[in-house]
Amino acid sequence: MKARLSTLNVNGADHRVTADPSTPLLYVLRNDLRLNGAKYGCGLGQCGSCTVQVDGAAVFSCLIPVAAVQGRRVRTVEGLGTAAKPGILQQAFAIEQAAQCGYCTAGMIMRAQALLDQTPAPTDAMIRAQMQPNLCRCGTQLRVLRAVHRAVEMLRRQSAHAHSGP
Amino acid sequence: MRYDAPLSLTRRSVLTAGALTVAFAFVSRAFGQPTALAESQSSLKNTPWLDAWIRVDGDGHITVFTGKAELGQGIRTALTQVAAEELDVSPSGIELITADTWRTPDEGLTAGSHSMQDSGTAIRNAAANVRMRLTEAAAAAWGTSAAAIATTGDGHLGHRDGRRVSYGELARTLSLHVAALADVPLRDPAQFRTVGTPLPRLDIPAKLTGESAFLSDLRPPGMLHARVVRGPSEGTRLQSPDVAAVRARPGVVNVIQAGSFIAVVAEHEWTAITAMRDLERTPAVRSAPVTLSDDLFAGLQRLPAQEIPVLDTHGEAAIAVRAVTARYTRPWLSHGSIGPSCALAHFDGTVMTLWTHSQGIFNVRRFVAELLSLAPQNVHVIHAEGAGCYGQNGADDVAADAAFIAKAMPGRPIRLQWMREQEFGWEPLGPAMATELEAALDANQRIVSWRHEIWSNRHNNRPQSAGAVWIGGELEPAFRPQQGAPIPMPEGDGHRNSNPLYTLPNMHVVYHYLPDMPLRVSALRSLGAHVNVFSIECMMDELAKAGEVDPLALRLAHMQDERAVAVMQKAAERFGWSTRLPGDGRRGCGMGFARYKNIGAYCAIVMEIDLERTTGRIAMRRIVAAVDVGLAVNPDGVRNQIEGGIIQSLSWTSGEAVTFDHNGRTSLNWGSYPILRFADVPDSIDVFIVDRPHMPFLGVAEAAQGPTAAALGNALADAGIRLRDMPFSPQRVKAALSANRTPI
Ligand code: FES
Ligand code: FES
Repeated sequence: MKARLSTLNVNGADHRVTADPSTPLLYVLRNDLRLNGAKYGCGLGQCGSCTVQVDGAAVFSCLIPVAAVQGRRVRTVEGLGTAAKPGILQQAFAIEQAAQCGYCTAGMIMRAQALLDQTPAPTDAMIRAQMQPNLCRCGTQLRVLRAVHRAVEMLRRQSAHAHSGP
Repeated sequence: MRYDAPLSLTRRSVLTAGALTVAFAFVSRAFGQPTALAESQSSLKNTPWLDAWIRVDGDGHITVFTGKAELGQGIRTALTQVAAEELDVSPSGIELITADTWRTPDEGLTAGSHSMQDSGTAIRNAAANVRMRLTEAAAAAWGTSAAAIATTGDGHLGHRDGRRVSYGELARTLSLHVAALADVPLRDPAQFRTVGTPLPRLDIPAKLTGESAFLSDLRPPGMLHARVVRGPSEGTRLQSPDVAAVRARPGVVNVIQAGSFIAVVAEHEWTAITAMRDLERTPAVRSAPVTLSDDLFAGLQRLPAQEIPVLDTHGEAAIAVRAVTARYTRPWLSHGSIGPSCALAHFDGTVMTLWTHSQGIFNVRRFVAELLSLAPQNVHVIHAEGAGCYGQNGADDVAADAAFIAKAMPGRPIRLQWMREQEFGWEPLGPAMATELEAALDANQRIVSWRHEIWSNRHNNRPQSAGAVWIGGELEPAFRPQQGAPIPMPEGDGHRNSNPLYTLPNMHVVYHYLPDMPLRVSALRSLGAHVNVFSIECMMDELAKAGEVDPLALRLAHMQDERAVAVMQKAAERFGWSTRLPGDGRRGCGMGFARYKNIGAYCAIVMEIDLERTTGRIAMRRIVAAVDVGLAVNPDGVRNQIEGGIIQSLSWTSGEAVTFDHNGRTSLNWGSYPILRFADVPDSIDVFIVDRPHMPFLGVAEAAQGPTAAALGNALADAGIRLRDMPFSPQRVKAALSANRTPI
């Protein structure tokens, strides 16, 4: 397969990368764009540690070829905030200390983000169902659920606050 | 955690960076014997010099060194808290350097829930020594008595009369290259500012935001990607990989072949992976015979055994009126790390620098030096975080693979990650085990005899020599396989926790140690304790049922250790044990208890489950845990470890088994080795800590594995079916239900 130049929109910025079009997005994100969030866990769509958003939906970046995301918006955990200025979901994960080794965590956050973008007030059952594709061997699942609930609550307060303004 | 310019960390830059005193601290160990230290002061015994642990710079910067590694268990945070507390500074004022063969003390493995005992105790005592020396220096400078001087909590010492001096200023003229003294006063727990508080984990922010946090995030300039090419699982070999064709492919930089070891090296990771796939397109042949049997208990019993007596006690007891005999088994388990093992290696012609997530960096130095014929001091091993390992996964093997490749390509950093199926196919497994227990009650529900026999390989095969990692056996000539022996009691191996903490007469406990390994095995979180505690605690419930006595009452009647009684009572009370509804064929409640290794943390678990009779699925409802870990440095860290341990043990016990056929392992991905997912985690887990601020650290990471398994088995029995063979799969649950036709 020949390498081709393609343009990727990641976290709001365009990037030009030269890669074999069949290369899974994961490797381009990690190696060409030097983004650490998405992790290699299985390469098979079974664990979710590589989860990113493509046009808002949670996808396994280990499966989707880079050619398939041309012209679409890719978002990784780096796009939600930084350690100095974390996004809401990242703050909620920090408050709940929803990580042990943390290898699965960025994928967890991105899958939860995809739900919150669509459904601002999901039920517990909806959150569990959404998170089903993502594995955590350290056993942080209950903390992850608490973190997502907390983020929902933080978002609700934020929007109540915004609406009560002048 | 940052690894900004790791490759600039050459030997020279380490020395010029001011670590000279540290290096000196190690070599001068031979020149004098320091004051004898209390046994409990752990790693200070081997490395007594204060400046090997703590350095205070002239500007007040404090660096603390530990030979232990962050594995996701939160040790970085807990050790920082310990150092901050005894130095009486804010945790943010401490830089903690973890496992690095050129910089930190050799504290052996980061395993066995030992880090707080070994390193935490050492750092605590070293810091108390440093605080004392700083205080004495201030007293000398001011010409007053040390008693009038106290730390202020912000890196200064203050005199009653209002004078202040910073640690940095004192440190400029103070040598810390002195041996730690024993019994230096520790800070009074009543005055603690940091220890005992739930300080947020220091490593978590980077992990939530994609900042550099893991070994796999290191990308030194000029780095190449490697993949190894092996058969589908241990005991297989590829027949005739077409190396020439792959070598010629664009983007492939090198194909390394030595003996039966093959690796591809490429500019791009995806090129390395596709090249590896092409090389794998050839039949695999078996290189070792299969010696597995379908019947686990019979299969293990048939292997040649060496008898290791654990307990043989004889005492007065009343006449037995009821006896129960039971056999329990566990199949081989996978560590199941979410990230396959990875390593980064760079050889500059003289020094091999190796980043690894191994639990034993000093062991890595040993076997890599032997493998590559390098002097050990020229193998610089640095721990960097990988995915959680829970014991010996592929970390050591992949480190050896990467180092071998890097040695063949001097000047180029080599990043090697195993593929998912390679991790499943080649990592050492958690050993299968079988136990047989027999116990008897007298007419007053007192246990009068206890027999516990264990059949298991040894669980500790940590590589220390080149013959113990896969590549060592693949090169020609092959390195000699490593000989091993089980870890003796009190820590124990396959027999870990087989000596009940209960006070029982007439105990006969024996470990039938099986030296031959049908599958390669090594340490999995809690070693034999998972199965032995499961066996003991299930037997307690089986006896309670036979004697028609409450399971908690039976336990308490045979327990003299007050801390054990306290955690059992705490868990029972918080759960509402005394008011629980009886098992009704659907719902069931059960408990399990152990003190890890009988010398570590105390843990009691109580849980409620629902048995879905049509599907055979076990719905985990409510779990309450009570733990006593001695002084709990970071209560939230303790809870996180216990919650995680519970979920992992539920996964092992209810659903996991490595499968294999005559060709080798067949559990090669998450489809063929499913683990607990969100839909199956319990509704709630509440962890209560019985804090013991004046007690030593006991460690926490493995305490929940055995008690959880037992609580699940006992809850299931309360719901109507007693399963003794793990995993409690829906098929087994359904088979048991139809066998005993429990009325609903
Ligand atoms: S790495 Fe993509 S799902 Fe596992
Ligand atoms: S935190 Fe380690 S795998 Fe999830």
